[in-house]
Amino acid sequence: MSRTEPAADRAQDASPLLEARGLRKSFGAHEVLRGVDLTVRRGEVVALIGPSGSGKTTVLRSLNGLETPDAGTLELTGGPSLDFAEPVPKARRFALRDRSAMVFQHHNLFPHMTVLQNVIEGPTQVRRVPRAAAVVRAEALLARVGLADKRDAYPHQLSGGQQQRVGIVRALALSPDLLLFDEPTSALDPELVGEVLTVMKELADEGWTMVVVTHELAFARAVADEVLFLDGGVVVERGTPARLFTQPAEERTRRFLHRLLHPLD
Amino acid sequence: MDWNLVSESFWPITLGGLRGTLPLALMSFAIGLVIALGVALLRLSPNRLLSGIARAFVSVVRGTPLLVQLFVVFYGLPSVGIVVDPWPSAVIAFSLNVGGYAAEVIRAAILSVPKGQWEAGYTVGMSNARTLRRIVLPQAARVSVPPLSNTFISLVKDTSLASLILVTELFREAQQIAAFSSEFMLLYLEAALVYWVFCTVLATGQDLLEKRLERYVAH
Repeated sequence: MSRTEPAADRAQDASPLLEARGLRKSFGAHEVLRGVDLTVRRGEVVALIGPSGSGKTTVLRSLNGLETPDAGTLELTGGPSLDFAEPVPKARRFALRDRSAMVFQHHNLFPHMTVLQNVIEGPTQVRRVPRAAAVVRAEALLARVGLADKRDAYPHQLSGGQQQRVGIVRALALSPDLLLFDEPTSALDPELVGEVLTVMKELADEGWTMVVVTHELAFARAVADEVLFLDGGVVVERGTPARLFTQPAEERTRRFLHRLLHPLD
Repeated sequence: MDWNLVSESFWPITLGGLRGTLPLALMSFAIGLVIALGVALLRLSPNRLLSGIARAFVSVVRGTPLLVQLFVVFYGLPSVGIVVDPWPSAVIAFSLNVGGYAAEVIRAAILSVPKGQWEAGYTVGMSNARTLRRIVLPQAARVSVPPLSNTFISLVKDTSLASLILVTELFREAQQIAAFSSEFMLLYLEAALVYWVFCTVLATGQDLLEKRLERYVAH
């Protein structure tokens, strides 16, 4: 296998975009995050892997202000900078959404709006982009993911893969510094996974900064600069995919990878 | 059967429906929906005082007869110095009544919109209020159409109670002609027929509206 490592080159010497330190979060008595650190540099792709309940989705959602950690700090270069030890005003938590955009597992497209309306909703309603300009940009983004002809379709008229590509375009239309993906292919039929991962890989190659919660190890291996393995609310191990997937240092990582790669053993 | 009486009474009764029953129902329903949306939002508020007030309002409206509510407004309020004419009294009582019933419908419809829709609104940068208005309410409206149509059709029939506080509407017209001619069976069956036609037309309208809103179906 002669896989080159453009991803690693891309990330080198890049300045940090996001620094998270000691994120903790409990839902009732259940401690989901028990001190998670995460650094994402500009242009880097970070994959979060781990069993369900490991806290990986909670980490991702915290980066978009959908969850509020109980403790820890979250700093984006250029703001906001949040310390969850004290109550964080809603406005400052919401400011995270000026910088990052989210792609959901179940796409969460707005069913009462056309594809185009879905994509321009954020820019026109929140960012105050003039409608005409937002439409031009939305059409260009839709064309990029091969959905130019679907602009006037409603989400329920699309396949799962097409819906998820619209979900990605809706996020891109916000021009975020950081793209967040929450298991974007987990809800798809297997034959539709490829078209979504292909779009994501292209985005990575173009230099978008991405944090991806995923079970697609092949994708993580081909695209990620760094992989974090989470279990029980902590980062058990982190490293380049080449290293982590072939020589995991921790027993828990090894067992998890084995279960995913050899489910029948 | 006295066909002469039928042909003479049919038009006044229908006119009573068109000039009395329908405007009364439409006006009360429109105001009632505004009240209902407000009450539903209060009910969903995390503030326990506000949601408690909304809950109490719904409880009173649903736990007391509409006729009693109507009489409290028209015959009761004058004894505390507030005199309201028949027509506005009816509108007040009916719209509060619709407000109570429709509030529960709207609340349930809002709750039926998946949490992911709120989150998708937040994540494109919208506030709570904007997400409610742009994302959640349009979807809740689609879900609410069948039950709210039923509320409206019930209201059209319930407005016959306004005849008891001297509002000139369909049933009062029929009553007056019946008293005058003593043809009770004939006149009340006539009134029933006109109500039935009104409600059938409205039910057809409901079907059309539901079909038109099909595109709002989620996922």
